[in-house]
Parts: sequence; C-alpha cells; structure tokens
Amino acid sequence: MAQIKFQSVTKKFGSNTALDALSLDVADGEFFVLLGPTGAGKTTALRLIAGLDTPDSGTIEIAGEDVHDRTAAERDVALVFQYYSLYPRYTVRQNLEFPLRSRTRNFTQAEIDQRVDQASKTLRITHLMDRKTDRLSGGEMQRVSIGRAIVREPRAFLMDEPLSNLDAKLREALRSELKELQIRLKATFVFVTHDQVEAMSMGDKVAVLNKGKLVQVGTPWEIYNRPRDLFVASFVGSPSMNLLPGTVSGGECSLFGGAQKLKMPVKSGASHVTVGIRSEDVEVGPDGPVEAVIHDVENHGVEKIVTLRVNDVLLKATVSSKMQTSVDANVRFGLDPDKAHFFDPASGVNLSA
Amino acid sequence: MAEIILKDIEKFFGSAYVIRKLNLTIRHREFVVLLGPSGCGKTTTLRAIAGLEEIDRGDILIDGKPVQGLEAGDRDIAFVFQLFALYPHLTAYENIAFPLRATRESKDNIDKKVRAVARSLQIEHLLDKRPSSLAGGDMQRVAIGRALVRRPKAMLMDEPMGALDAKLREEMRTELKRLHLENEATTVYVTHDQVEAMSMADRIAIMNDGILQQVGTPDEVYHHPANLFVAQFVGSPVINIAPAAIKTKGVALEVGFGDDAAGFDFPQELAAQIKASPAGSGDLTLGIRPEGVLLSHSGGEGFVPSKVHLIEPLGAYDIVDLRFGNTLLRARTKSGFAGKAGENVWARLDPSQTHFFNSKSGDSLHVRLGNGAN
Repeated sequence: MAQIKFQSVTKKFGSNTALDALSLDVADGEFFVLLGPTGAGKTTALRLIAGLDTPDSGTIEIAGEDVHDRTAAERDVALVFQYYSLYPRYTVRQNLEFPLRSRTRNFTQAEIDQRVDQASKTLRITHLMDRKTDRLSGGEMQRVSIGRAIVREPRAFLMDEPLSNLDAKLREALRSELKELQIRLKATFVFVTHDQVEAMSMGDKVAVLNKGKLVQVGTPWEIYNRPRDLFVASFVGSPSMNLLPGTVSGGECSLFGGAQKLKMPVKSGASHVTVGIRSEDVEVGPDGPVEAVIHDVENHGVEKIVTLRVNDVLLKATVSSKMQTSVDANVRFGLDPDKAHFFDPASGVNLSA
Repeated sequence: MAEIILKDIEKFFGSAYVIRKLNLTIRHREFVVLLGPSGCGKTTTLRAIAGLEEIDRGDILIDGKPVQGLEAGDRDIAFVFQLFALYPHLTAYENIAFPLRATRESKDNIDKKVRAVARSLQIEHLLDKRPSSLAGGDMQRVAIGRALVRRPKAMLMDEPMGALDAKLREEMRTELKRLHLENEATTVYVTHDQVEAMSMADRIAIMNDGILQQVGTPDEVYHHPANLFVAQFVGSPVINIAPAAIKTKGVALEVGFGDDAAGFDFPQELAAQIKASPAGSGDLTLGIRPEGVLLSHSGGEGFVPSKVHLIEPLGAYDIVDLRFGNTLLRARTKSGFAGKAGENVWARLDPSQTHFFNSKSGDSLHVRLGNGAN
C-alpha cells in the first residue's frame, strides 16, 4: 500500500536529459500508466522508483517518505520486466519461493507455502507448479514472473512493458487478467507501455510522457477526449486523430476551402488553426457539406475505416461495415462540430482545453 | 501483372513438414495476404514463390509456366523484407537505381524511372541521403522503391512493416495499398498481424501448421470463419468461445454459454441446421464476436441478467467483460455505456452473429440464423 510522488525529478545520462523536472502523483491503490514513445523517459522513471538509478535532482517519495537514501531492497517494491527473468532450471514453485527464501526475510515454510499457494491460485497456474520454467509458454512464464512479485506482497508493483513479448491474443487476455489482479490486490501499479490500447484499457490514470517531460495526466477518457496538445491527440487513439488545416475569421473556422464551417468555442487571435477530429466523428452521408474521393478502404471486420481525399488533404472516417464503399468513388461527409478540437499550429496547444 | 498458381506444394525442413499440400491461386493484380502465427509456413511459401526456397513436391506456375527451373533473378519478381536491406554506402537514389544497373538502359531513362518511383513514394527530397540518416519508415519506402523500379510482374513482401512503430504502420498501410492500385503488380504479402491483413487484402489466405485453413475476402474470413482457428485468429478483441449446451425450451431453443450455462434464446431452426451440417454431430462450441453480444440496462425479451466484471475503455468504444460462471463473455458497447464494475446489465446473443463449431474438429457448421446483415 503506497502512494508514490515525484517532485521535479531530473535525470541525465551524459548530455541526454532522460527526465526533465518530472512531477507525478500516484495514489494508493491506483493503476497508473506511464505512456509514451521510445525515449520518452518512462522506463527511467520506473527505475528511479525501484532504486535502480538515482535522480540528479528532485525527490521521490513512497508512502510519504523520501526514499533517496533507501536501497532497492529497502523500498519494498517489485519490478516485472518485459523479459521474464526466471530461473530456467527451477520449477515454477521454486521460482515463486525464491524471493521468500532470502536471508533477510525469515519466513517459516508454512508462511512460504501459504503465500505461494495464494499467488498461484490468483494467477491460475496451480497446475504448472512442478514444471520447469523452460517448459512454459510465453504467457505462462509472464504469469510466473508476476507471481514472483506477488508473493513478496510489495508496497507497489512496477511493470515495464510486461506484455510486449506476447502474441496479440495472449496480450488481450493478460490485459484483463492484470487489471483484475490489481483490483483484487488493491495494490498500487505503475505500468510502463508504449501501447496506447494497453494504457487506455487498463489505466485508472494515464500519464503521457514525451522527451522526458510530462505532457498530460488524466483518466483514459480525459486523454482521449480532452487531449492537451497535438502530441497526445495523435499518440492516443487508433486510427490517429485527423489533423486538418483551418482558417479562422469572425469566430468561425473554415475547412476544405470553406465547404465546412465550424463555430469556434474559444476566442483565438490566430488566423490559422489545426482542427483535430477523430475518425468516428467524421460522418459520411449524402447530406454532408464536403465532397471527397475515397482514397482507400480498410476492412476491420466490425467496421470499415475509409480514407477520404479532399484535394490534397487526407482524412479517415469510421463507417459501418455494411456501408458500400469503393476506391475512387465520390462521397460526401461532414465533421461533428461538437467533437472538433482546435489546436494552435505553432505550439500544438489545444485551444479549447 | 501475373497470375501465380500454387499446386499441391509440399516442403520439409528435415523431418518438419512445413507446407502441407498447399493449393492457392493468386489472380492477376490481386493483393493476397498470407496470414498466420510464426512457424505456420507463410514465409516459406513466399520464399518458394520468389525462388529463394526449393519445394519438395508440387508445382508453382507464374502466368501458366512452371518456375522451378528458374533462378530467383529470372522470375521477374521483386521481394521486400522486414529488415530494410539497403546498401549503406549508397544514397537512396543509388539504392533505388541499383536493380537497373544491368539493364543497359540510358542514364536518362534510369533517372526518369527512379524519380517516378520516388514521387509515388513521396521520398523525392530524400534521394541524396544515405540509409543511416533516414527514419525507419523512409528506409522502408526506399526499399519498396527499389523493388518497384523494375516494374516487376509481382511483388512479394515479408512483414515489411514489422519493424515500424504503430502510427507509421497505420500510414504505410494506406500508402502501400494505393501503390498497389497504381502499379498493377500482383502482390503477395506475409504478416502475422490480422489488422494489416484485414485492412489491406483483396483476399486473405490463413495458414496454421503448414496447412491452409481458409482463403477468402476480409468479410468472408471475419463473418464466416471456416473453423475455430480462423475465428480466433482474425478479429480484435478476440471472438468469445465456449462450449454450447443446447436445450429445447418450448418453441425455442436455449443455448448455454460455458459450463455454468447461462441460457440464451435461439430460434428453433438452429436444431435443423445443426442436424443438416456434416460437422453437426458431437460436442459443439459457440463463438460470438464482442459486437454480437448485445447489452441492455433494463433487460427485455431474450436478455439474461449479468454483472459488469470489468470495463476496458478504448476511446471510440468500450469492451465490457461479463462473467457467466467461469466463462468470460466480452461485449463491445458505445463508449461510456457501462458506468462501473459491479453494475447490473442484461445480455443477449445475436443469433445472426453466432457461430457454431464442432468442438473436436474445430470446423464451422456454417449455421446461418435470422436475416442478419451478414
């Protein structure tokens, strides 16, 4: 049980600033996701919590205590990595017992058995206990790695892309298992990923990092529906949010050479804005104000994603799988005015947020 | 421009039987995706078409002519790999021009061809750069440019986007598809990513363990999977699967989903269709995609009460997990439909979107109920 707090934490590796004055609040019992592309600093942040690296400046608190002088072992947090790091010649049971056999811990055999049994039930690996770990599938190995973290009953779980080596189906299954586990243990999870689907589907809160800086922190709903800037807008969501050039005059934004006009919800002195609209908020139909050519059709089974071309501008629209679509056909569409975002093209800041 | 016919192809690596009697016709100008998990034989098949791998039995015909006697270089086929395989000491321009060096074409002609390809790939501004100073997506564009510049009859691509990040992959999908339409080259594309396959292919050939499982359009493999493997490999989130327990209930049928059988109503005609199907004897498995699981806040005809177990918000929509006993049933709902875990909801299975499979063989019974859209 622990809240974790970053106060203006900076970490440099040589001339490279991995984390730049990062401040974060992870509440007790929260599933907190650090999301960002490679090089965003998310793994560095995790390693600083674990005590595997020390910050150059700023403080990190766990459960209200500055942990600067605490060793990794004293911090009582558990790390789960992308690669499973299990002992290959040991059985699953031996791997799970291992962290409890440390000399600093004095557990009786009964206590060890009780914790290992509990963890194996939680992770549904009771049938694998006597198997050597090199005989396990990827998903089973990752469950055992998580089990090794669980038996310690740490104050917080730190997970570094634990699902990224698994195939798509298993990743999906483990996503809900992990989330369920976190709810059941009521534990604090800090989960690092570059996969926005994982972040959205599991996180209570998502912190989006880019180039060592925190860009936005919020619920999945907030970062999807109220992106603070163009980076978050295009990083979160698949397909990426459409970003379109608009010209402003008299509180109105005009797109596609004036074919579509949107009322600006905010006053802005800018003459040009970038209009953001998600593919599901582009409505294709005969009454739409804008004419386009179908540039490409992607079948996604449950729906289709159509790329529309207006002069040189491309944008994507999600349509029903039943809609008849053929490449190079003409269609009409419009943007849902309530769902449009307006960004400053220079700074990238969302003007309506 | 080529028709590629694979006839009873077999391939062994030592004792491993990696391609098992594969039959597939790839039509002139078609975009066919070979889809399957690692080790399914898809790359071996592609390499066999290219002439990089010999087959043990069967025939490969390109435009009606057997090609086993032909070297890879004489098949007029271009290959694009996952790793970019560019010459590091040559510029992008020189890399693209490389395949033309032996064609005895005039410098002007070569220049025209290189620039035309670069224009269609939107890399004209990068032609003077060396690969090391290019981003991953641009490197792959150069590699594709090098393949296209000869105007080959067929393009073979082996996970060409595997090394790119998610956003770039999304963009490149559209680009590649457009390029295919403009170039008219028959394309065979290998991937393990079902989203890529669904969104790009004219037809998908799904393989597992060296065996071709199904060939069909994206709609066919998604809405009418031939077996359990295809049903589970295609589609995200994964199709819900559970043993089906079928009971008569008055004039209708009740189908239990999973061990602790929550009974869902099904039309009586299901019984006759099961009986008529060659795969219909023995234990059956029910499959339904998350969009076929209909949720309601208030219940009603045919709805079974349940509780929200977990909500996965994905922005444009939510995935709501329900539990029936030990069986997980996932539904796709509008964003924000379910408020929180523990909430009461009612669920119904749309019969027109429900699949039945023989549990033992995995084969679909091809049951079609109601006048569902598909």
